[in-house]
Amino acid sequence: MTAELVRGQNHALPGTDLTVRVEAALPVLAGMTLADADGRGREGWLVHGDALSLPGLLAPGRPAPAHDLRVDLARLPEGARTVRVWLALPSAGPASFAAAGAPRVVVGEAAGAARLAHTLGGLAAESAVTAVEFYRRAGAWKVRAVGQGYAGGLAALCADHGLPDAATLARRVLASSAAGTRESAPPPQEEPAPQPGRVDYRHPGRAGRVGPAVDVTHPGRPARPEPRPSSGEPAAPPPPVAGDASGWSMEERLHNQVWGMFEDLARAVAAYRGAVSFADDRLEREIDGVLADPRTRTGPAADRARERARSRQGELIARARAALDRDLDQLTAEAAVVEPALPPAFARWDNPVWHGYRVPEQAPLALRLGDLSLPERIGLRIPMLVRLPLERGLWIDAGRGDGPATTVLDGGELRREAGLLATAVAGRLLAVHPPGRFTVRVIDPAGSAAHTLRPLVDSGVLAEPPARGAAGVAAVLERLTERVDLVQMAVRSGAADALPPGLDTSEQLLVVHDFPHGFDDRAVTRLRYLADEGPSVGVHLLMVADREDAAAYGPLLDPLWRSLLRITPVPDDHIADPWVRQVWTYEPPHVPPGSAILPQVLGALAAARARLGGR
Amino acid sequence: MTVNLSKGQAISLEKAAGGTLSAVRMGLGWQAAARRGLFGRRSKEIDLDASAVLFAEGQPVDVVFFQHLRSDDGSVTHTGDNLVGGAGQGGDDEAILVDLQRVPVHIDQIVFTVNSFTGQTFAEVENAFCRLLDENTATELARYTLTGGGSYTAQIMAKVHRQGGGWSMTAIGAPAEGRTFQDLMPAIAQHL
Repeated sequence: MTAELVRGQNHALPGTDLTVRVEAALPVLAGMTLADADGRGREGWLVHGDALSLPGLLAPGRPAPAHDLRVDLARLPEGARTVRVWLALPSAGPASFAAAGAPRVVVGEAAGAARLAHTLGGLAAESAVTAVEFYRRAGAWKVRAVGQGYAGGLAALCADHGLPDAATLARRVLASSAAGTRESAPPPQEEPAPQPGRVDYRHPGRAGRVGPAVDVTHPGRPARPEPRPSSGEPAAPPPPVAGDASGWSMEERLHNQVWGMFEDLARAVAAYRGAVSFADDRLEREIDGVLADPRTRTGPAADRARERARSRQGELIARARAALDRDLDQLTAEAAVVEPALPPAFARWDNPVWHGYRVPEQAPLALRLGDLSLPERIGLRIPMLVRLPLERGLWIDAGRGDGPATTVLDGGELRREAGLLATAVAGRLLAVHPPGRFTVRVIDPAGSAAHTLRPLVDSGVLAEPPARGAAGVAAVLERLTERVDLVQMAVRSGAADALPPGLDTSEQLLVVHDFPHGFDDRAVTRLRYLADEGPSVGVHLLMVADREDAAAYGPLLDPLWRSLLRITPVPDDHIADPWVRQVWTYEPPHVPPGSAILPQVLGALAAARARLGGR
Repeated sequence: MTVNLSKGQAISLEKAAGGTLSAVRMGLGWQAAARRGLFGRRSKEIDLDASAVLFAEGQPVDVVFFQHLRSDDGSVTHTGDNLVGGAGQGGDDEAILVDLQRVPVHIDQIVFTVNSFTGQTFAEVENAFCRLLDENTATELARYTLTGGGSYTAQIMAKVHRQGGGWSMTAIGAPAEGRTFQDLMPAIAQHL
């Protein structure tokens, strides 16, 4: 089993006796450096070949496309706290990793099957790179995928790792590997210079040099293919890597990557649909042309003309489909690496990341509100990420829309699904915020949602029990209205410290079930005030409602519905993308049936809150 | 290799590019109007605009210009409207990038145009040029000097079109009159 690490990710190690396999498209050098608790290296803390060795650490001293390094973390020298694995290009090789492809590092326990892999993507002008590091945290060894490249080469890398006399050290490593074949590499000046023109009979494995570097390929087989020249035929796209986008943090990079995939899918499908509609129009035009002329309307010539028009249409559509399939395959491969790398806030409920749920220390950038897909490839689902804090409220439509799925479920089932979805969304919002920074209040006037609210109520993560009856509705709305008003005043006058003590300044989510049951006109007005004014001061709305129930209000509530982001408890086509306005199929982020993940996560959150409260 | 073209000259660049083109960039640069006097900002700004029109068998199906910076399929991208120009020393003030591999299969020609939105003729604009580059190798395929090109307000610059399995380019360099690409459509039709 191999787990793929993305850059910056860390992971617990399976043991302390490790093998590190390094693979690259071209021969590379590999080695290790050590650092102490302050992150500084010391004299002799670089491992490369036999000449530079330390107990417990083993790295071959020659350039090769694949290396096996041994790391025994239990035998490190006194004071060493970090082991970093580096790769560098030999002086005889290409000048930068741009020509060497993305190297890959696989870490495993010497005797075990568990593997952790990291692909060093995105290298360009660098000629040395820190691949992974092993470090001690809270008594346990962990590995981190670093992937830090150095355009200044090995010397810059050694200097950054705090090794004394980095430039000399790097020169020595590079020179010894260029000296070629021997396992132990003395300084190059000891090497007798080969006589030009003379045949060298020495065994290449023992001493002397036969060339700038050892040729490890089979003599009868062609060497590895040369990297493609940059001009000419387009190269095959590189394999996708999670986090392959710009951003300050892994989370932001993944967010931007997902949005990039969303846009690329929208545009790839737009290109396909444009080509198909052009082909259809052209077919119609050409057949009209055949029919318009009385001489060609009938007879074999007409049949041939129609046949030709049809085959032209078919051929264009086939080419469009081929281009689309190429793009969709690339996006599907990208989704396959991105989806498992997503943090909890972006991940589906069935992602294993939720099983390792830890209470977060800061609020996430965005929240997954479902999946989006297009009929051209149903299986390719793009996470629908919305930025936090929410800019507008959410409306889970419990009504019977015109979607196909709503005809399968009756009204009661639909309401139940809507209630479950509201609980899943509220639970997710709670779970991805640090404890105490996000508060959920629920209005359930008739108690009809009591069953679907169970995970929230039972785990004790709600600020107070769900409000019942008209009096409960009025009380909750009045408190929230007052909070919005006070915070707005404080913000406007720049007097945040003048807020009354005891005012809860955390982000608030109000979940409203059964609207408009239990709402009088005053309460409806307050709700609309919250929907309009709340988001800017951290009060958000999640309505679970069927618009038909509020039909008595006529068009008066239309602005309210329009101001909310509508999501549906069953898959439905109602979300348009911002670029080409295609209609996407939205799938709600339901907790998988039978899964206990939501109560488990909320339980962990409640326990963390209790710890914080008790401190 | 730069082909310095005079107006009306048309050449195929398939071979000159050393293979098939896979990404091209149209660049447009000009010198901003001189600022003089106390209220310098009231000097008459010069706004030239680059546009690309996508054709399928002679029908315009999409256009990339300052109000639609990306074609619906995402293959043609405008880097953004520049309203005042720059130093005119060779840097592009507006650019349009075309990823030829991603152009939808039914699009067979892309025509690049330059318009003077503020109405100055090319005779009045200093150091104005437009050029076409092979984006992969950063080599200039064609360059027109617009300044001194007569009292015209627009130019139909070049087209890239499908040829065999790849793309080739024909420089057009035909002068025209118009504020935006819409005004040029009849003139463009002559060059398809």
